[in-house]
Amino acid sequence: MNTLFDKIWDSHVVNSIEEGPQQLYIDRLYCHEVTSPQAFEGLRQRGIKCFRPEQIFCMPDHNTPTHDQDKEIENEISRKQVETLKKNAEQFGLTHYGMMSPDNGIIHVVGPEKGLSLPGMTIVCGDSHTSTHGAMGAVAFGIGTSEVEMVLASQCILQQKPKSMRISIEGQLGKGVTAKDVALYLMQQMTTSGATGYFIEYSGSVIRDMSMEGRLTLCNLSIEMGARGGFIAPDEKTFEYVKGREYAPAGEDWDKAVEYWKTLRSGDDAVFDKEISFKAEDIAPMITYGTNPGMGTAIAGTIPAESEISEEGLESFRTSLDYMGLAPGAGVLGKKVDYVFLGACTNGRIEDFRAFASIVKGRKKNPDVVAWLVPGSWAVSKQITEEGLDKVLVEAGFEIRQPGCSACLAMNDDKIPAGKYSVSTSNRNFQGRQGPGSRTLLASPLTAAAAAVTGVVTDPRTLL
Amino acid sequence: MKQKFDIIESRCVPLPLENVDTDQIIPARFLKATSRDEKFFGDNLFRDWRYNPDGSLNDKFVLNDPRYSGEILVAGKNFGSGSSREHAAWAIAGYGFRVVISSFFADIHKNNELNNFVLPVTVSEEFLAELFDSISKDPATLVKVDVPAQTVTNEATGRSEKFELNAYKKYCLLNALDDIDYLLQHKEDIVRFEESR
Repeated sequence: MNTLFDKIWDSHVVNSIEEGPQQLYIDRLYCHEVTSPQAFEGLRQRGIKCFRPEQIFCMPDHNTPTHDQDKEIENEISRKQVETLKKNAEQFGLTHYGMMSPDNGIIHVVGPEKGLSLPGMTIVCGDSHTSTHGAMGAVAFGIGTSEVEMVLASQCILQQKPKSMRISIEGQLGKGVTAKDVALYLMQQMTTSGATGYFIEYSGSVIRDMSMEGRLTLCNLSIEMGARGGFIAPDEKTFEYVKGREYAPAGEDWDKAVEYWKTLRSGDDAVFDKEISFKAEDIAPMITYGTNPGMGTAIAGTIPAESEISEEGLESFRTSLDYMGLAPGAGVLGKKVDYVFLGACTNGRIEDFRAFASIVKGRKKNPDVVAWLVPGSWAVSKQITEEGLDKVLVEAGFEIRQPGCSACLAMNDDKIPAGKYSVSTSNRNFQGRQGPGSRTLLASPLTAAAAAVTGVVTDPRTLL
Repeated sequence: MKQKFDIIESRCVPLPLENVDTDQIIPARFLKATSRDEKFFGDNLFRDWRYNPDGSLNDKFVLNDPRYSGEILVAGKNFGSGSSREHAAWAIAGYGFRVVISSFFADIHKNNELNNFVLPVTVSEEFLAELFDSISKDPATLVKVDVPAQTVTNEATGRSEKFELNAYKKYCLLNALDDIDYLLQHKEDIVRFEESR
């Protein structure tokens, strides 16, 4: 009780159904092209309008190509899905940031960037990585298409209130250890179902010291532990990040907002359903070897031996390593890499490009590696140029593509071929996630850059 | 599809793998549809396990094994993890499953199943292990899911368990009502809530 999660959630409850879910009011709904068309169709079939169109923002990101966005999308079905979103937004009177609009990008990168995701809000989207917006101090979570339809129709959904969990990480992260490594470490420790049924509040000195970009990465990956969402109480860093953004409150409203936002913290007497703590010193740069994000190891570590796996989990473990073409007990360092992907709602922000550039600066891309560098939004793309990072990257043999979800889930043309290994800064290493038969090793932008210049899995600390 | 639930008695299709994620249930390349065509999604359920890369049937996958059939899918723990895609629930419904039994479900997928009138039944690890064992010994093993009584029974062994289902959802399933029906009846409450902020 008296957790920040309780405060935000409870203040948005419209009704509680006896022996049932709660009717939760939603401040912000984001729609992308993949999980919304059937929801809009549902409204048409019921003959109803959007209840609060001004609280809903739409943008295509999953299908968008990462080159030649000024031309028509070649794939007919992708094109239709992207056009359908535009038509739906027009018909229902919603704001739409189309392809090539300077406001377009991955929904979870654009939301915070435009000041649309603010402390204390409830935020949903038909996308599990909606947890990203938790970094702003909001209760944000992914929903299904039927639930998108509920929000379109009533600005509410029916939900069972999740339990609360606090994960504290104290200490100071070592050199070359990033927010992504923290998240991969948490997933490995917690497993992909360790936080199912919970909403996580991240706290501790590591979180306080973390940049907003890092916090967005960490919250983004909450779902990979099974959590509905994860968030961080807003602080001065949050306010500084939000201030002056297009949809952020301004003038007197700003002062009032900050005054309220400062109250958004768990009480000293807060009681969580579960509390877990970790030490920063135990976290090294991480990489995954399997087919779920919990199957990770410190980069210099080894894949578990079969004797370390439970009997029920053995078949899944074998299937996974077989798919990856990796052996139990082996190390991952030195493994040949075919593709490198920098981007996604996980690591497609300016800080990620700075990190990648810091390693490749003065070095050259390995000629055997295909590298896709995809900014999370046009705003990130613009900043890359403004900071001169583009020159560093191009000089090292890299090309910067146009924004979108890209090879994270390969709904556009950016597919890793079957059997090829990809060191990827995205969020999931599921079978076929980056293209049928693709083999994904999840890692930080630093580790991705190290792989891109050496052509093999490399500890980024050796190149810093 | 909205349909009323009562008692379902059926053979089962066993999938004894853990952490089956929604990318496996329906791969991303099948998410480009703009309509809720359950047959299309059902035809592509577990696509990359069900078919070989050349498009031929993978004989080793359980959906292609003629010994197994029925309206009940039995899966290892943490079923439906990962992506929130409701297409996974549409695929399961479209294939003809009405119930999924597992010892643990991922949150979003569980809601998606319920919103599509597929019932997720959470059982104990012991019940699940015994059920996999019964089905492997006799693929004709029947399971009875009694929604009004909230019980699930392995008829091969007679083992029965109560499963959780909140009273509201149960009412919806028994009467083929969905959450939007509820929300549309409560618009005034929503306006009142907005005004009180």
